[in-house]
Amino acid sequence: MTVASDVSPTVIGLQPRPPQRLVPGLEPSDRIFHGAVTVVGISVLAITGAIGAFLGYQSIPTLHHYGLRFFTQTSWQPELNRIGIAAVLVGTVEVALVAMVVSFPLALMLALFISDYAPKRVKSWLVSAIDLMAAVPSIIYGLWGFFLLQPHAIKLARWLSQHFGWIPIFHVDTNPNAAVWQQSRYTSSAFIAGLAVAMMAIPLACAVMRAVFDQAPLGEREAAMALGGTRFGVAKTVVLPFAKGGIIGGTMLAMGRALGETAAVLIIISPAYEIKARILEAGTQTVSALIAANFGNATTSQLSALLTAGFVLFLITLVVNTGAAVIIKRGRSGAHTEI
Amino acid sequence: MVPQILTGRAVSSGGGARVDAIEVSAWFGDTQVLDDVSLSVPAATVAALIGPSGCGKSTFLRVLNRMHESVPGAQLAGEVHLNGDDIYAPGQRVTTVRKRIGMVFQKPNPFPAMSIADNVTAGLALTNVRMSRGDRSALVEDCLSRAGLWNEVKDRLDSAGSTLSGGQQQRLCIARALAVGPEVLLMDEPCSALDPTSTRRIEETIAELCSQVTIVIVTHNMQQAARVSQQAAFFLAEQGAPGGIVESGPTLQLFENPADPRTADYVNGRFG
Repeated sequence: MTVASDVSPTVIGLQPRPPQRLVPGLEPSDRIFHGAVTVVGISVLAITGAIGAFLGYQSIPTLHHYGLRFFTQTSWQPELNRIGIAAVLVGTVEVALVAMVVSFPLALMLALFISDYAPKRVKSWLVSAIDLMAAVPSIIYGLWGFFLLQPHAIKLARWLSQHFGWIPIFHVDTNPNAAVWQQSRYTSSAFIAGLAVAMMAIPLACAVMRAVFDQAPLGEREAAMALGGTRFGVAKTVVLPFAKGGIIGGTMLAMGRALGETAAVLIIISPAYEIKARILEAGTQTVSALIAANFGNATTSQLSALLTAGFVLFLITLVVNTGAAVIIKRGRSGAHTEI
Repeated sequence: MVPQILTGRAVSSGGGARVDAIEVSAWFGDTQVLDDVSLSVPAATVAALIGPSGCGKSTFLRVLNRMHESVPGAQLAGEVHLNGDDIYAPGQRVTTVRKRIGMVFQKPNPFPAMSIADNVTAGLALTNVRMSRGDRSALVEDCLSRAGLWNEVKDRLDSAGSTLSGGQQQRLCIARALAVGPEVLLMDEPCSALDPTSTRRIEETIAELCSQVTIVIVTHNMQQAARVSQQAAFFLAEQGAPGGIVESGPTLQLFENPADPRTADYVNGRFG
């Protein structure tokens, strides 16, 4: 056997050459664009980090002065040097939870309708309508909630309290069966604020869910159909299991929005600094509404206290959104069904 | 025949398994893809649909179990009879039709979140058939055995269907289709995504099943058509025209003594 003559003789019998690290070749124009997007990407992270750092820094005097009492004190009376966010945090979570309980089933069914049931033309209309719903300023939802929704919602609130008043969250400290019932006891509650916030949470959750529903593999959908499955059967067997990650992720994204909603809540609620489960009863307070209502005439130390409340909300939202991102990422892409 | 817009109506039926397609034409929107196709498949027979890509074989197959109508804008003319029942007749329920005429797809598509056993019984869950635990285990074993997969998976029925190899997944899909008790099984190029060993296993499975159900299989593989089928139909679409059947009959005759020169050219590999 002969060695091909074009093989370099210097290679034969020598040590193998050491590996060299390969750098992807970039054209000059690519380099410029690469640099630009890198700068933008990093600056977004830097700005978010800076906001957190600023809030954290501003919180130091307050946390130093009040210590743990800041988290256990319910009242917010700067003039008496009594400041705490216990009640405010509870109110924030209550409004957000009401919003989620109302918006979750609506967003889920809406997304399923758009992805699996709606005719093509209706589908594109609905998608635009929902995008529009997301674009409406929150103050409009606040006004809608206060002037249009509230007069009707209080009747529902009274009915709930009449029939389910024995459950603490539906109890209201008034006689629901009185001939002339005290309407004002049912207004400006966490419940009504939550309903308005739900309208803002729906488009957000629905958009994420719909995007994931649309990705459910056609092969699996057809398999379920070919077995004699109904459309609902296909949704239950294929679409919903596939989209579990997206459903949870979208819900948590909407939750992040609900926790931070300000204008609509501020318009609807009447401030009350009390830890209570009675969501139908007038009066509650949320962190963002607290800040919006008080920062205008705050002294330096009060401003620090408000920013500390903001910092706590920032951390909660960060945790919720990070959780959502992780869950969306872990959701099945369908890729491993490939053979 | 004038096309009628397909809606999701339909059903009810008796036993048996003879399939008769009568003057079937099909459209996607305004584009006609099948023109006047008639084909009869006797009960307990394997019929192969052969022909080049884009000649309407898969569409014809999907007409046979009413999957064609799941495509928006789909239209159809003609009739499809299952043992004499028109499956497109008003009152025929589409879910019942699809239970009677099962389908195995080109790409294996087990439900990835379900275990192997749950995949087999998925059709029962989808059609709200309740079953005792014992009956269910017996059905799982029976269907997996008929699909030639039982010995390979009997010790791991609870692991996910997606952990199987491509060929095993395809046989799992066959078992899943068998579990609802179809009278006809449609197979759309079931081996095109599989290696030769898995392909041979599927062909063996088809040979074992053909006494129990009628099988209509679309294939691009001439040897496969010759090996597994007793009847064959050659589809062809001329340039810009909808597809149709050039010739159909016993497989042996179609391959060895075709009546149409185009069939001879195709089965001898001169085009397609």
